[in-house]
Amino acid sequence: MGRERDNGAGTGRWGGSMIESAAAILRIARRRPLLVQAALLLLALLLPLPLSDYYRTVAWRTGIYVLLGLSLNVVVGYAGLFQLGHAAFYAIGAYTAAILNLRCGVPLLAALPASVAVAGAAGYLITRPILHLRGDYLAIVTIAFGEVVRLALVNNLFGITGGANGLSGIDRPSLFGVELRAPIAHYYLMLFFLAVTIAAMHRLERSRLGRAWLCVREDEEAAAAMGIDATRVKLQAFVIGSAWAGLAGGLFAGKLTVVAPDLAKFMESVVLFCIVVLGGTGSIPGVFVGACGMVTLPELFRPLRDWRDAWLGITMVVMMIARPEGIWPSRRVQMEIRGEKEEARAPAG
Amino acid sequence: MQFVQQLINGVTIGSFYALVALGYTMVYGVLKMINFAHGDLFMWGAYLGLTLFTLLGATALAGSAWMVVPAAIAVLLVVALAGLLVERVAYRPLRHAGRLAPILSALGVAFLLQSLARNIYGASWRTYPSGIALSGGVTLAPGLRVSAMQILALAAAALLMAALSLFVQRTRVGTAMRAVSIDPVAARLMGIDVDRIISVVFLIGPGLGGVAGLIVALYYGSFDFTLGWTFGLKAFIAAILGGIGNIPGAMLGGMLLGVVETLASGYISPQWKDVIAYAALIGILIARPTGLLGERLAAKV
Repeated sequence: MGRERDNGAGTGRWGGSMIESAAAILRIARRRPLLVQAALLLLALLLPLPLSDYYRTVAWRTGIYVLLGLSLNVVVGYAGLFQLGHAAFYAIGAYTAAILNLRCGVPLLAALPASVAVAGAAGYLITRPILHLRGDYLAIVTIAFGEVVRLALVNNLFGITGGANGLSGIDRPSLFGVELRAPIAHYYLMLFFLAVTIAAMHRLERSRLGRAWLCVREDEEAAAAMGIDATRVKLQAFVIGSAWAGLAGGLFAGKLTVVAPDLAKFMESVVLFCIVVLGGTGSIPGVFVGACGMVTLPELFRPLRDWRDAWLGITMVVMMIARPEGIWPSRRVQMEIRGEKEEARAPAG
Repeated sequence: MQFVQQLINGVTIGSFYALVALGYTMVYGVLKMINFAHGDLFMWGAYLGLTLFTLLGATALAGSAWMVVPAAIAVLLVVALAGLLVERVAYRPLRHAGRLAPILSALGVAFLLQSLARNIYGASWRTYPSGIALSGGVTLAPGLRVSAMQILALAAAALLMAALSLFVQRTRVGTAMRAVSIDPVAARLMGIDVDRIISVVFLIGPGLGGVAGLIVALYYGSFDFTLGWTFGLKAFIAAILGGIGNIPGAMLGGMLLGVVETLASGYISPQWKDVIAYAALIGILIARPTGLLGERLAAKV
């Protein structure tokens, strides 16, 4: 990361327009990633302090969607697979935590690993038979699976999902004997998992598997010729993405203490998909920007809520026309879409 | 007898799916993109019908089923123009921007159309004025009854689909359309104006979808702004079932989905009918990855 080179445009020109100074800050940020990460972490730690409980909850919700966006980014961004039923795994994670807590009395935080495991296993079982499908056909089958999961929850599968009303009365998570009640406590709990996730994603992107995903995304046949087992790495992307969504689901269940089949609805999957693509496919900061655009902004403009979907829609169209690669894309995707002559460099590290 | 009755109901619903599926499939044929806004254009057909019936209520046609004819023609034209506009504004600038950007843009249009409908017409269920939907029907045999609405809906769907098939198979523009869907580059080299063909597709697809919206709203009696999502998703599945990009495939897929759904609802459980429909889709795609009549698109990523 630190060795990444800027393309030299406008170096040394300080001052001037705001765009130029922003660009200068970005250049410094690119050379000193540790500094930036520390600053961002500090900002995230201090953020809820001046806020009211309502805005702390908004911040928590945004964080959950960043988590979900990062999990979907593995599938859509890194591996280039169209997943339009991702919310199903979020719901599976939430229901797993809820059922374990309500039926077996497992404390919520102890149920989180189970949420991850069950969502990951569901991801394996669901995607194993459909990996040979390509592009849009894959998208539609994932939509169908998402709907099947939602309808199964509505129809009270095995008599344990509580039907259309879902399950309520889930215990709040407790840490060292203290029940986490206040929104700020949930914010920090979420932030802990978010920080771990970002660190993990950062490593994953540059790992052998991460590079294999990029190869498969670019050209499956060529990747196979290079000895990459495309089916296997695609399956790994789905399982990791699903498992991570399950984690977000478990955290959600602990905060709201209610789970309902609507968690798995198609609209929710669409919002997640938009978070990944709007911000910039395959880019971790992009997911942040996407989540702020799709979740935080509409939340802040609640008084205008009747029209917020209309604005969201217009923004999405305009954004895509102006910047089809997303707001904060990974450099690789930007080069692909903008067709820059500069050679696409593999991320260093 | 009950089985035949279910079959007739299934084919009726299936013909609606087919009409909407045609819009998805034609756009996919020429642009290789999923037009997620199509379902909401279809939903607007239903709402525009509501406005038109209210307006026509003040004329000599008030309370008569004949109001459907001018309303259907007006809806066809307005929704077709809306489709054309959507393509110009939201899709054309993105034609070379990769595969994700147009999907997001289409979803944006869908959000916008849905929000507009909700704000203009309200979030509650709406019904058409009485007297427009035909009542009565024909009893073919004891326990086997076809309602007048079913006959009308089936006739309208059959007429529109026959007209479309003739258009695509017999006219110059239709031939050009097939050429573009097979190979846009070669079609352009042969002197076909690809942009014009895409515009034609965006007139016909949404136009048919709009009329389907009107017919569906008449048939079911009430609807709300989520009609585009729910019904549109099913129709899209029908298009995939038949093999997306394939016009006869969309008709076959629509009919099949309607029949499977109705039979599942009648013989297994109404609660699980959607699950069974989706399971059928997943099963068929696992066995035939490009749908029932799909072919050449197998290698498209």
